[in-house]
Amino acid sequence: MSLLTVLMLLPLVGALGLFAVPGENVKAIKSIALGSGIVTFAVSVLMALRFKTNLSGFQFVESHSWISSFGIRYQVGIDGIALVLILLSTLLVPVVMLASWNESEGGRWSSRTYYILMLVLETMMIGVFAATDVFLFYVIFEAMLIPVYFLIGGYGRGERAAAAMKFLLYSLFGGLLMLAALIGLYVTAEGQIGGTFDLTTLSHLQLNSLTENLFFLGFFIAFAVKAPLWPLHTWLPTAAKSATPATSVLLLGVLDKVGTYGMIRFCLTLFPHASHTFTPLIIILSLISILYGAFLAIGQRDINGLIAFTSISHFGFITLGIFAMTSQGLSGATLYMVNHGFSTAALFLVAGWMSARRGSTKIDDFGGLQRVTPVMAWMFFLAGMSALALPGLSSFVSEFLVLVGTFTRYPVAAIIGTTGIVLAALYVLLTVQKALHGPTTPGNENLTDLGLREKIAIAPVVILLVLLGFYPTPVINQINPATAQVMAHAGFSDPLPKAGK
Amino acid sequence: MDISNYLYLSAILFTIGAVGVTIRRNAIVVFMCVELMLNACNLAFVTFSRLHGTLDGQVASFFTMVVAACEVVVGLAIIVTMYRSRRSASVDDASLLKR
Amino acid sequence: MTSSTHLVYLIALPLFSSALLLLLGRIADKWGHYVATAVSATTFLIGLSEFFAMRSREGAARSSVQTLFNWISVGSFKVDAALLLDQLSICFVLLITGVGTLIHIYSIAYMSHDRDRRRFFAYLNLFVAAMLLLVLGNSYLNLYVGWEGVGLASYLLIGFWNERPAYAVAAKKAFVANRVGDIGLSLAIMIAFAQFGSVSFDGVKAGVPHASTAALTALGAMILLAATGKSAQFPLQSWLGDAMAGPTPVSALIHAATMVTAGVYLITRSNFIFDASPTARVLVVIVGAITLLFGAIVGTAKDDIKKALAASTMSQIGYMILATGLGPIGYAFAIMHLLTHGFFKASMFLGAGSVMHGMNDEVNMRKYGALRKAMPITAATFGLGYLAIIGVPPFAGFYSKDKIIETAFNAGGAKGWLLGGAALLGAAITAFYMTRVFILTFTGKSRWDDEAHPHESPSLMWIPMVVLSIGSVASGFLFNSGNALVNWLAPVVNSANFHSEKELMKPIVVSLLALAVVVLGAGYAFLKYRADVPVVAPEKVSLFTKAARRDLGQDDLNDLLLVRPGQALTTALVKTDENVIDGTVRGIAWLVQYLSYSSKKIQNGYVRSYALIMALGALALVATIWVVTL
Repeated sequence: MSLLTVLMLLPLVGALGLFAVPGENVKAIKSIALGSGIVTFAVSVLMALRFKTNLSGFQFVESHSWISSFGIRYQVGIDGIALVLILLSTLLVPVVMLASWNESEGGRWSSRTYYILMLVLETMMIGVFAATDVFLFYVIFEAMLIPVYFLIGGYGRGERAAAAMKFLLYSLFGGLLMLAALIGLYVTAEGQIGGTFDLTTLSHLQLNSLTENLFFLGFFIAFAVKAPLWPLHTWLPTAAKSATPATSVLLLGVLDKVGTYGMIRFCLTLFPHASHTFTPLIIILSLISILYGAFLAIGQRDINGLIAFTSISHFGFITLGIFAMTSQGLSGATLYMVNHGFSTAALFLVAGWMSARRGSTKIDDFGGLQRVTPVMAWMFFLAGMSALALPGLSSFVSEFLVLVGTFTRYPVAAIIGTTGIVLAALYVLLTVQKALHGPTTPGNENLTDLGLREKIAIAPVVILLVLLGFYPTPVINQINPATAQVMAHAGFSDPLPKAGK
Repeated sequence: MDISNYLYLSAILFTIGAVGVTIRRNAIVVFMCVELMLNACNLAFVTFSRLHGTLDGQVASFFTMVVAACEVVVGLAIIVTMYRSRRSASVDDASLLKR
Repeated sequence: MTSSTHLVYLIALPLFSSALLLLLGRIADKWGHYVATAVSATTFLIGLSEFFAMRSREGAARSSVQTLFNWISVGSFKVDAALLLDQLSICFVLLITGVGTLIHIYSIAYMSHDRDRRRFFAYLNLFVAAMLLLVLGNSYLNLYVGWEGVGLASYLLIGFWNERPAYAVAAKKAFVANRVGDIGLSLAIMIAFAQFGSVSFDGVKAGVPHASTAALTALGAMILLAATGKSAQFPLQSWLGDAMAGPTPVSALIHAATMVTAGVYLITRSNFIFDASPTARVLVVIVGAITLLFGAIVGTAKDDIKKALAASTMSQIGYMILATGLGPIGYAFAIMHLLTHGFFKASMFLGAGSVMHGMNDEVNMRKYGALRKAMPITAATFGLGYLAIIGVPPFAGFYSKDKIIETAFNAGGAKGWLLGGAALLGAAITAFYMTRVFILTFTGKSRWDDEAHPHESPSLMWIPMVVLSIGSVASGFLFNSGNALVNWLAPVVNSANFHSEKELMKPIVVSLLALAVVVLGAGYAFLKYRADVPVVAPEKVSLFTKAARRDLGQDDLNDLLLVRPGQALTTALVKTDENVIDGTVRGIAWLVQYLSYSSKKIQNGYVRSYALIMALGALALVATIWVVTL
């Protein structure tokens, strides 16, 4: 059994372990869940250490026949892109468990259900990045909706049921288009090379341009819903406003990355020509997302809505980088996925603590927090700075790589995208000004600062935000060979310097 | 004799039956109209059997008769039960499936 | 090129101390400021030792490089975290750490009553680290990190008393205006990479001869945009006045002596780009000339002593920017003015802080007057700074400003007359408003509030002021004797090979002219403000004064062009998102629901209607078959 499969099974084992504890013993349930999250993270680090950076192709491969009549296999393997995203997922799960220690109580169902859902979700998050059989990917891609649906609908706040339904319907709509394209792909493959869902085999398929375009759209729309690209984004703010902070972190930090990951892994690999055809459209949509998300973020009154719209803006940067088709753009976009995961996690967790203490998510209800709760205010400020991509913090490296990569091929798009940095400064600093600065708003005088548990939970995220800003090389080195392979397969090479000697 | 006259008769009978089914409310009458439609079909079968000189149509009409007989057994039983339980044979009173 | 192993300490020490003070929290309240000051002094000593080591080397060996680690490497985009100390950056290192240390010392006393003094010193150290990174980075991307780092420190320090909403707004405004400039720097780096495949100074310099004119002009224009943001130049100047919300030592260090001059550093560092692009140079001199007049005019009407000094800073940096647009010799003069300005402006800002310290934080000069008796040392140091800035020989400003005016005239032709004229006019206005500031504050009759008891500041505050005013007296002469600074900088900016070909006027004529306009400006101010000054600013003033009080409408213009349309757009987009985009989605959901409700009506439970529908269905089926087979 490959280490990858072991990694996928670990959270499931933890979930089973939860049944051994009586339901009243909430503390034991939390500890077991957190423990299995930490063990999973430790194993994923072990896997990262054993990962060989300079090997091309997938590693830790495991392949078994699953539904043999359709050539469907249980087939997993990772390259550098998948590796860093899996590490992101396995780190964020224990972090959010610790950060929102009491979130599971007061939901519609028991704490045990909450942690089972979360651990099952973790298994799927690992699986979705590890799957190299397109059908297996699709199954996990869709199955992931179920735990998230229950996490939002059962443990969220406000109109949680409606938000969960909206999220589910949006995603199912995209998923159906992908299924249609998937079946089409299988049928085409059956005619040419025999029925298979193996990614590597399928990537050598000869498609005529119309079918390729249609299949591409099927996959792309599914991913554009996930990674919300304008105008398919409206489920995200609704979901973020209703979900618990922990769910929001996993939803925006990891699940939405499946969309952008899918664009690289499937759209570019399976349909390179169609990707090229649709590049102008996607770049325009990305630019709209960047600016639109930023403007909407400025106009938000709800702090979770704000974070959701900043994410839409950042996803615009990620898709821009992916479809710029340069090595800087692709590597930058992948790095952006990781960095955005951490920076959104920090934002959502701190915003969650702030709202839980204040009993409100309205930005205007805060005010003067810097004086009352300095540590919490600092954490929010740092997370905000990383959201506006301050040099020295991790997001800067990725955002700049995306822009540089875009500029070498599409200068105008890069120029428009760059104006987003001013808007980013506005939405972050306006919020900082309203929430942290100014005189203390009445009712906030007695808010408590972060406790030890919360400090421990946020520490790894904040440390990584700073560390990866100054020294991103370890992550970039994992990503580079994989993106180079994607570029080579899609038939793209970097533009040369114009003033060459 | 022109064979199309039989078909016209069959069509007229079928239409009368169909209209009866849709506009009458008494279950017995509706039932009889259904029988009328079945018999109109039988007539058409037999006519075509004659026209083509094969026995297929006649065989089919026998099947129809058997089915009609079965239907009468079940249908009448239902109507009687309905009448017993609610003292009415109007089909409009039996609209409980809506809910 | 020498390789060095200890440049990194210049940055690491203050960065570490800043992080330490922030992380330790209240524990460090008692001794935090001493640590910060000691660290700053240590960096100054390192800088000094580097300077003497550099002087002992010759030629190309003078510049030293330290490569720390591979920072970003993707495809051909390879950037090292590397530091470069050459003749240009050592000037800045000494200015930043020297003035920085003095201001640290000053702040120990100035901030002694503030409960957050430790945090203040942490921010100051953070600033020193970022500013050193800015001037030491060996590539545009490394510089960018420092560039935004000083922006962050400036944001934190302007908003240091952010409980006051106006101060929090000022901090945000400064950061956002700077970010507009940062678009320029970002794009400049992108252009550099797309053109030359490199973002290091060396790589770009090597590629310049091969690049097209258009590319170089674009590159120059973007660098200029970056400089206008950071250095508060037209049209991004509006943040500097509001930035005076920060504690006065901050205004002295960041918003007068060092950070705001980063734009001048950037242009000087990029001299090879501007040398190759005349169009970009024209843009630079236009921006410089406009700003030097703009700032000077605004300065004439300000009653807030810090805002008057801020307007003056803007104007003086206008001079520097103007100089950088004038070719190789101009860079050297720009740096010379930058250094002398660092001394005299910091000295005056600290003087202003000292006055505020003694006057219960009053900033309105109309409520000062006759302070020279109450605070003689402050008056003396401020006075020396004042003489230096208006350009009275032999004080520092005379040498540096005079050179710029002279070079402007030497640009030749109509351009020379225009630029030289603007610079001369600026000098006259400078003399006017600075005389006004000095008279209003230190001479005449006292117009103090009743509870004001002005007193001289403690020695921790006046010693730095004295040191700086010595600099304002002597630095110009030192830099100019034997063309010391021009020759020192020559390897970086090529200033030694410069020969002025089209001299409009002899240097001595220019000097006399400059001196004449200074006497005119100062004399006019003396006549105007010698008599009684009303405590409340008069309302009935000329249109010109009104406009200058409103900063010549810079905020109104920004409001009209950017803020209001931006807000309207945001509101409109929020509505669009709710109604149009999400509305479409909700509309589809509503449609599905509507359709199912209406088709539910068919299921009425009546057997006869089912039969009718069945019949119609059969009919439709037959009709279809009939049509198809027809």
